Amino acid sequence: MSHFFYSFHFYLFGILALASSIVFVTRKSPVAAALWLVNTMFCLAALYVMLEAHFIGIIQVLVYAGAIMVVFLFVVMLLNLGHPSDLADARGKVPTIVAAGLGLALLALIGVTLRFQMPGTLDTTARAMHAQEAQVGAVGAVAEPLFREYLLAFEVTSLVLLVAMIGAVVLGKRRTA
Amino acid sequence: MIAEALALSAALFVIGAIGVLTRRNAIIIFMCVELMLNAVNLSFIAFSKLYGFGGQAIVFFVMTVAAAEAAVGLAIIIAIFRHAQTVNLQNINILKG
Repeated sequence: MSHFFYSFHFYLFGILALASSIVFVTRKSPVAAALWLVNTMFCLAALYVMLEAHFIGIIQVLVYAGAIMVVFLFVVMLLNLGHPSDLADARGKVPTIVAAGLGLALLALIGVTLRFQMPGTLDTTARAMHAQEAQVGAVGAVAEPLFREYLLAFEVTSLVLLVAMIGAVVLGKRRTA
Repeated sequence: MIAEALALSAALFVIGAIGVLTRRNAIIIFMCVELMLNAVNLSFIAFSKLYGFGGQAIVFFVMTVAAAEAAVGLAIIIAIFRHAQTVNLQNINILKG
């Protein structure tokens, strides 16, 4: 029963994510597209939680849906692009054909990949992860590799954020010369 | 559930790539790139179920870089808009010979 409950919701959120991402790329209005993308991100957050990445699921809602998409909506508001029906979007024939070909090739790749046997969840890994999470909590379990194996990358990340902050301020500033 | 998550991740990535190739509005292209990053995150999470918490740490980095990229990229888009009064990428072709 609980397995049925799990897979029902897994497929539900998966199909919702797929459907709202398709609606997202076909919207003309940037605001509508942004809101559909937020919907996709919420569904992905639910999937992260169902795949036992609880902390990442919360961060997905806070950072992606909460912060990054709000920045996008702010920029749409600042630019004042006019009515969506006036925006001639979607490119000409050649890029569309290239995109369709790429899409078909990648979907064929998915088909080929799914024919291979996926390694089932290694019971020992799952049990070790559960034990670790019970001991140090969901945040502590993610912090473990972050501060040991990937410590250098973690420190470099702070530099990336600093550079991005300075860059955004410099680029956004009006030239007063 | 891992195979299904990977298939969904691939499909979302394809949708994002098609969006990047076929749309002309710079902001929507940017959002499509965000969708592609999200798709990759999903496959990292699925694999972290197999191989431990390292994948979730990588997702953390991807999100940080995505946030930085959004801040800088949107600032560039605003600068382009001030310069050209449009974000339609077909009208921004100064580099075309």
